Amino acid sequence: MGELNGLYAIWYREFKIFTRERSRLVSALVQPLIWLVIFGSGLGSSIELGTAGSGIGYQQFIFPGILVMTILFGSLFFGLYIIMDKRVDFLKEVLVAPLSRTTIFFGKVLGGATDGTIEIIILMMLGALLFGINFTIYSAIMTLAIVALLMVSIVSLGLIFGSMMDSLEGFGLVSSFVIFPLFFLSGGLFPVKNLPSWLYGFVVINPVSYAVDALRTVILGVSAFGLPLDFAVLIGFALVMIAIGTWSFKRMKL
Amino acid sequence: MNVIETKNLTKKFERLVAVNRLNLKIEEGEIFGLLGPNGAGKTTTLSMLATLIPPTEGSARVNGFDVKSEASQVRHSIGFVFQDPSSDDMLTGRENLYLHALMYGVDMRQINKKMDEVLRLVDLTSRQHERMKRYSGGMRRRLELARGLLHEPKVLFLDEPTLGLDPQTREHLWGYIKKLSTEKRITIIITTHYMEEADKLCNRLAIIDHGKVVALDTPANLKKVLGGDVVRLKIAKPNIAAIKKLKYVKKIKQMDRFLVLTVNDAGKHLQEMLMRVGEVKSVESHSPTLNDVFLHYTGSEIRSEEGEGGYFARFMHSGNR
Repeated sequence: MGELNGLYAIWYREFKIFTRERSRLVSALVQPLIWLVIFGSGLGSSIELGTAGSGIGYQQFIFPGILVMTILFGSLFFGLYIIMDKRVDFLKEVLVAPLSRTTIFFGKVLGGATDGTIEIIILMMLGALLFGINFTIYSAIMTLAIVALLMVSIVSLGLIFGSMMDSLEGFGLVSSFVIFPLFFLSGGLFPVKNLPSWLYGFVVINPVSYAVDALRTVILGVSAFGLPLDFAVLIGFALVMIAIGTWSFKRMKL
Repeated sequence: MNVIETKNLTKKFERLVAVNRLNLKIEEGEIFGLLGPNGAGKTTTLSMLATLIPPTEGSARVNGFDVKSEASQVRHSIGFVFQDPSSDDMLTGRENLYLHALMYGVDMRQINKKMDEVLRLVDLTSRQHERMKRYSGGMRRRLELARGLLHEPKVLFLDEPTLGLDPQTREHLWGYIKKLSTEKRITIIITTHYMEEADKLCNRLAIIDHGKVVALDTPANLKKVLGGDVVRLKIAKPNIAAIKKLKYVKKIKQMDRFLVLTVNDAGKHLQEMLMRVGEVKSVESHSPTLNDVFLHYTGSEIRSEEGEGGYFARFMHSGNR
């Protein structure tokens, strides 16, 4: 009971902050829209996807990738923000409480996943209204399930980095060396068939690729790896990240 | 009954001995002070008692629970108010209390009642729904004080509770701390390097220097040890031999260009002393303070009135979440 209340407390705090920091929500939505509108129509006008006749244009093709990008940026930085808690003694207040570190970790993950899910639902509605994405009840629910799995992994990854870092200076490094490679090597912006083999190799070992592929399968009906493999990789990735995350929280010093 | 008991409590950081074989017994209901300069080991001692860091050697019991083997029970039974701000700026005062109550497993049916009560105790009822970024330093401390009480701890630890606050706010806060002690009847352990704070607030205090207790008693008794008034002379060439002959001069201490004397009834004998001691640049005489006590025991003065790292400096750099 105590741990459950504690879990709720950590989540409650994150959710309250989310509802108050509107600027975060706005920036989380503007970036994907810029990509979809400018990059999507700019590059889309001169790209041949081999999907002629299927009704899938370049904007629709990258839509799943843009959802993934939104999660990568939003969730990873959400996790990293634990550094801010360290700088004021708020984290100490939480860590002194008679709660297990695992509970604190899960509270954070849930908080980040809630924020991210709200952003994704708004993007899905915009996608349906502005970019010709047709959601069915099935594809909408599946989308949210895939998105949730990826968010849990990425928030955990952010928390792992955040628990090891003491200052915000590392943010740029994480952007350059984690977010961009994960995104560009996920096939979010291009089809993964026909890639040179060295590049294809990177795509295959990148767990984020499977989130893009799974979303593309349920939203557009285009699949590269097959849904069972996608889910297997995503669940495995989430479990590994949670395991490392709880471990790094336990050894985090005040 | 002893609420806190330590046996040879020791903490080493690599080669530095921060706390050196500390033996303390703190009784129920007292306001107990740990007084010492920055770096004396006060915060480290508090952190060990609150199970935030493990002791290197020795043991300590808080409310009858061992800090090493029963950390969880210790945490449930104590409240801690940190030296630095530890509440969330984006949340209101009341929301910060609510979070705390949830994390400490306060009975859900009682949370609202308890929050009302502690808010009243620190006079923040009217500001409870404001976000904490609009709170002043003093209000923030008061809220954190109230928060430390929410789960009805038996012991409350206050780490430099008035650091960085202006003198008026400081005095105001002392009033609240005294009120807590009498109304709630809890034991309060406070660290400070402000002499005046220790003097006015504490029933008993331990003077700590380099991780060791050098003296422990009530403020009044500690001052009595000096056995007279303090006379401070700024003087280049003191005639120590002449001063030594005077019966009412109890102690003589020479520091740099100062001569510090402990004198019986200084007012009466000042004239005579000044005539014998030589050419004096300035003279100052007062009844003993804790600063003199500290000087007496450690041979150095407390480096007083300077914040460590600065409560506000850190606050300002923390940015918004």
